[in-house]
Amino acid sequence: MYKIVSAIFLAENIKKIEIEAPRIAKKRKAGQFVMIRVSKTGERVPLTIADSDPEKGTITLIVQGMGKSTRELNGKEAGESISDIVGPLGTPSHIEKFGTAVSIGGGVGTAIAYPTAVALKEAGNYVITINGARSKELVILEDEMKAVSDEAYITTDDGSYGFHGFVTQKLQELIDSGKKIDYVLAIGPIPMMRAIAEVTRPYQIKTMVSLNPIMIDGTGMCGGCRVTVDNEIRFACVEGPEFDAHKVDFKNLVDRNKLYLPEEQQSAETFAHKCHLNKQV
Amino acid sequence: MDAKHITKKERLAIPRQVMPAQDPELRIHNFREVHLGYTPELAQAEAMRCIQCKDPVCIQGCPVNIKIDQFIKMIAEGDFLGAAKKIKEDNVLPSICGRVCPQEDQCEKMCILTKKYESVAIGNLERFVGDYERETGNVELPHVQPSTGKKIAVIGSGPAGLSCANDLIQLGHAVTVFEALHELGGVLMYGIPEFRLPKEIVKAEIEGLKKLGVEFVTNTVAGRSVTIDELLKEEGFDAAFIGVGAGLPWFMGIPGENLLGVYSANEFLTRVNLMKSYDFPYFDTPVFNCKGKNVAVFGGGNTAMDAIRTAKRLGAEHAYLIYRRSEAEMPAREEEIHHAQKEGIEFMMLMNPVEFIGNEQQWLTGVKCIRMELGEPDDSGRRKPVPVKNSEFILPIDMAIISIGNGSNPLIKQTTPDIEVSKRDTIIVDINTMATSKEDVYAGGDIVTGGATVILAMGAGRTAAKAIHEKLMGVTIPA
Ligand SMILES: Cc1cc2nc3c(=O)[nH]c(=O)nc-3n(C[C@H](O)[C@H](O)[C@H](O)COP(=O)(O)OP(=O)(O)OC[C@H]3O[C@@H](n4cnc5c(N)ncnc54)[C@H](O)[C@@H]3O)c2cc1C
Ligand SMILES: Cc1cc2nc3c(=O)[nH]c(=O)nc-3n(C[C@H](O)[C@H](O)[C@H](O)COP(=O)(O)OP(=O)(O)OC[C@H]3O[C@@H](n4cnc5c(N)ncnc54)[C@H](O)[C@@H]3O)c2cc1C
Ligand code: SF4
Ligand code: SF4
Ligand code: FES
Repeated sequence: MYKIVSAIFLAENIKKIEIEAPRIAKKRKAGQFVMIRVSKTGERVPLTIADSDPEKGTITLIVQGMGKSTRELNGKEAGESISDIVGPLGTPSHIEKFGTAVSIGGGVGTAIAYPTAVALKEAGNYVITINGARSKELVILEDEMKAVSDEAYITTDDGSYGFHGFVTQKLQELIDSGKKIDYVLAIGPIPMMRAIAEVTRPYQIKTMVSLNPIMIDGTGMCGGCRVTVDNEIRFACVEGPEFDAHKVDFKNLVDRNKLYLPEEQQSAETFAHKCHLNKQV
Repeated sequence: MDAKHITKKERLAIPRQVMPAQDPELRIHNFREVHLGYTPELAQAEAMRCIQCKDPVCIQGCPVNIKIDQFIKMIAEGDFLGAAKKIKEDNVLPSICGRVCPQEDQCEKMCILTKKYESVAIGNLERFVGDYERETGNVELPHVQPSTGKKIAVIGSGPAGLSCANDLIQLGHAVTVFEALHELGGVLMYGIPEFRLPKEIVKAEIEGLKKLGVEFVTNTVAGRSVTIDELLKEEGFDAAFIGVGAGLPWFMGIPGENLLGVYSANEFLTRVNLMKSYDFPYFDTPVFNCKGKNVAVFGGGNTAMDAIRTAKRLGAEHAYLIYRRSEAEMPAREEEIHHAQKEGIEFMMLMNPVEFIGNEQQWLTGVKCIRMELGEPDDSGRRKPVPVKNSEFILPIDMAIISIGNGSNPLIKQTTPDIEVSKRDTIIVDINTMATSKEDVYAGGDIVTGGATVILAMGAGRTAAKAIHEKLMGVTIPA
């Protein structure tokens, strides 16, 4: 069992959870993730390591409640435990001094982009961050992002805060302003990452995206996390999750992630029902 | 009959004792074990068939040279616990090997009776004594030598790692097994299904090792959570054994392989066996709902057989096994092939898929196959299948399971570059000691041989344990 040290909501449905995992805290690099199992009957779910404290032996996860597993995890409080956690998994982000690097996060993708933004800054890049959310209440890690950025932008779809519009529009604006951009990292919903790839393609700006296929073991054994990159099968849990945005077959990823839609709904409904019953007694 | 006074003629007159099994009609609706095991009477009758050869050639067929004639004699005389001890001198997992060894290619193939009669059912007997010892609560903990003060890291808890840990702990070393998954046992737990190898048996073996003092650490990926260099240099281990098994599944590289409903056998079996998705939604991990659907597996090995028989048990209407050679060339255990046929698995031999076909929503709807015929023998000595021109046809299917083998897991290679690997990324070892090119690091099992067998993995683990002991202690254990 792995103990939760602290757990606080950053925004509605998005929780920051610090868990005891000394080996992982010591080893993890930006861009890597863990697989967790909340309970003995739980599924294995991949979550990016947002931060770690090697001294304390803890790692931080930022989790958006999507379906059964993530909601169950977000229901946990400090002092409770989860069954399993393994990592750090995946190939760390490729970090070097590119020059000007733009880190773009959409929704909970901001949390996934954060550690890499930190590493890009430490490597001496001029770091620009663009973080998008649907509206003001859903903006996360604003201060943290500001602290590692030379320029930090927030965008909201409804204009309730920061730039009114999508992260793609903000990126286009930066490019149009004549800024020389050497590297873009985009993490968020698949349509967002696909759109970013199309923004940077004409300018041939090196662009990486962090893919989120469904994973099972996460250790390179089952082949379930396969994605198509440059017309080849690649395994996101060991060769990724970051890949060249201009070569990713996004459509295939969107399709494959729909594989268990009815089952996921069933799981979430049963879980919601159980919670409801628990509240009643 | 009395085992001591029976004549050779009488022995030869006894027919091979059939092991009782669940009725096929029944078993396709459950995951319980197919075979029910010998009773003591059946085991003794079978044991009496062994003519106790002066030169027991069966032993040469066993990769770990179990003293087959001796343990069978003990069974015939009713000394089942003695037989178990005898086997365990060479094989620590008789209940498992008795069930999963390809006996017809190993010990039983060599048995002298095979030529004129049927071979002695060595595997069934081995299974019987292993089960007897466990079920009667008579498993004795082996004697553990006084502590040597040495610490050894075993990476991976499959049969290679478990057998290596077993020998090392008995020799007095401290042993820690690191396993990537949340569950111990490797393929024995997440690959081979319950109906062929009950998980209780694997768990009991692991419990036994825990009692001997082996420490198990799950959720730890060597190379990522901790590197081999860190184990040796920072964590004070004197040697390491790598038994991480095979790696990523191969795909066929044909159009449509990423359609929804196309699985690798590893993924399908992992979802069902490790994550228990047959019990969804009690367990959270879902799997394709096979009920009333047409499912096809591509391949002819044990894995293919396990996958399609699992799909059948999950309710598949049609369960096809599509293989590009003929039945005679199938690498699966003979018994599994027979069981599969009895369970209504539809064998489609000499056929190769060329394309998966999907609908607008990208769900699989069918597979285009081409018929094959057997040509000249290839490198493996098997006749090479060649496509028959214009013989393509479309088979409607809802789910496809690809089972054509695995590559090697790249993690160790990436994170420990001073371990030499082959072109296929398998680890290169000295087969007498299982030593790798890196000092104090040994390896064995599928990561060395490519996908092979449980008994070979176990044998490798034991060879390595002996070599590690000799190296660390500066002694020689007589063979
Ligand atoms: C490398 C990687 C890093 C990730 N990092 C984070 C993170 O830091 N924070 C965060 O909130 N989310 C992260 N995710 C996404 C997170 O794993 C999914 O939201 C979660 O698995 C959903 O599970 P669920 O049971 O709550 O929802 P479900 O109802 O089961 O599924 C909702 C959606 O999540 C996806 N999904 C379902 N099961 C899995 C699975 N086993 N693996 C991957 N995706 C799945 C599917 O697209 C599905 O439609 C990451 C995903 C990947 C692959
Ligand atoms: C479905 C199926 C059916 C089979 N049927 C038969 C049969 O009937 N008879 C037979 O003889 N053989 C059979 N085999 C083959 C047999 O199971 C293997 O040859 C054998 O299990 C290999 O043992 P191993 O110890 O080398 O590896 P494995 O059993 O694969 O175990 C390796 C272990 O190492 C762990 N691991 C991997 N990487 C790491 C890492 N970096 N750090 C820590 N741990 C790690 C894995 O999670 C796993 O638990 C079958 C295989 C499959 C897949
Ligand atoms: S271990 Fe396998 S090959 Fe050896 S005797 Fe037993 S069943 Fe036969
Ligand atoms: S070869 Fe056959 S008959 Fe002879 S000892 Fe071995 S099992 Fe018995
Ligand atoms: S999740 Fe199984 S190989 Fe990547």
